[in-house]
Amino acid sequence: MTDKQHITIKGVKEGLVFILDDRCEFSALLDELHYKLEKTHQQLLTGPLMHVNVKLGSRETTDEEKEQIKSVLRQQGNLLIQSIQSDAELQSQTEANQQELKVMTGIIRSGQVITHDGSLLLLGDLHPGGSIICTGDIYVMGTLAGMAHAGSEGRTDVIIAASLLKPTQLRIAEVISRPPEEWLTGDAAMEYAFLQEGAMQVDKTTQLFRMRREPLVYKGV
Amino acid sequence: MGDAIVVTSGKGGVGKTTTSANVGTALALLGKKVCMVDTDIGLRNLDVVMGLENRIVYDLVDVAEGRCRLQQALVKDKRFEELYMLPAAQTKDKHDVTPEQVRDIVLELKKEFDYVIIDCPAGIEQGFRNAVAGADHAIVVTTPENAAVRDADRVIGLLEQSQITAKLIINRIRPAMLKTGDMLEIDEVCQVLAIDLLGIVPDDEKVIKSANAGEPTVMDPSSRAAIAYRNIARRILGDMVPLMPLDEKSAGMFKRFRKFLGIG
Repeated sequence: MTDKQHITIKGVKEGLVFILDDRCEFSALLDELHYKLEKTHQQLLTGPLMHVNVKLGSRETTDEEKEQIKSVLRQQGNLLIQSIQSDAELQSQTEANQQELKVMTGIIRSGQVITHDGSLLLLGDLHPGGSIICTGDIYVMGTLAGMAHAGSEGRTDVIIAASLLKPTQLRIAEVISRPPEEWLTGDAAMEYAFLQEGAMQVDKTTQLFRMRREPLVYKGV
Repeated sequence: MGDAIVVTSGKGGVGKTTTSANVGTALALLGKKVCMVDTDIGLRNLDVVMGLENRIVYDLVDVAEGRCRLQQALVKDKRFEELYMLPAAQTKDKHDVTPEQVRDIVLELKKEFDYVIIDCPAGIEQGFRNAVAGADHAIVVTTPENAAVRDADRVIGLLEQSQITAKLIINRIRPAMLKTGDMLEIDEVCQVLAIDLLGIVPDDEKVIKSANAGEPTVMDPSSRAAIAYRNIARRILGDMVPLMPLDEKSAGMFKRFRKFLGIG
């Protein structure tokens, strides 16, 4: 056994929390886990059913490695694994869900190009000949008359929304669409473009929640 | 210290030189000391429009390269005491001067003149950068067509990057076409470009006629374009002048007569 402790076991109201060090070899972790469960903490870990939460710190683990941790814990009979969490995962999850939204003000005129890694909110107009290229969503509070490319690095779940959607061209991921040949709607006000089965669709922004399926929280009476 | 105003458009043939000549002359008409600078090196024609071609001795490139003093290159107008022109070279091209050289020349001129009107070449390359270098303000000229408006938009973007405030002149408006809806509306152009409107100039055959004669249109008060340019000059001086009504001509003699009698 190494002299340094890699695993800290804490008792909390809900059960036990295993905090695994994120800067050592994964095999060392498994060894120590075995050792602790079988030798040093045996008396603690026998008895009534216990809920267990495992925290991996910022270690990035594969599903296989998680399964290894689970199987070691399962040998102990009275431990119920509730979760195995890693900060790295949490972070990448939130990044994917809500990539940093950049807010910018101004008029993007012909010949001007705005590129952004993430989502962009433009307070102003995008003129014909101007372009916005983003890896995430594009929202324009104003007239979108130029070229907008959302999901420029391949994301297909992104949208392009504008107060007035009158683009010369829209692109989402690899799909290129030209109005009015491919779609044409009424007044072009408060609309958004999205991909559905690989084809560009445009709908009223009020319909966006159906696509996003985000939990709605209503407060007040 | 005077004010340097660059007249630009992006697209060619929309009336930059005509606007420069007429706005410059109109300002002189209002008693200002004005110098017009032609930066269209290699394709100069401000001198032709002004009818000063045969008086040119030195040009902008000569001044930039130190072959003469600035004063020597200035051509005095034949109509006004306080109107001068700095012609462009015809045998060189845009790369023969740098933006820094033009800026120095314009700075020098600003010390002496109330207004320095810089006529910019078409395009957004070296010639444009030269013309814009010394300018405090810009007049963007466009015609009510999509292609010209698109180029104007591009140029406004570039001017904004150089922190130059731009105002718009919509040139060659045909009231008859506006009425039938075949031409872009003035409001539409302003809305698209999102800058202040300095004036509108109706299409007028007299402009071509007088340009050929080397006589700026503003000199002829019977021309509607001349009135428009005079209004623009007054707005540059800070006067509040309403936009001229475009359909006056079609009102006809009879209606004007009734108006004169006070019953129209």
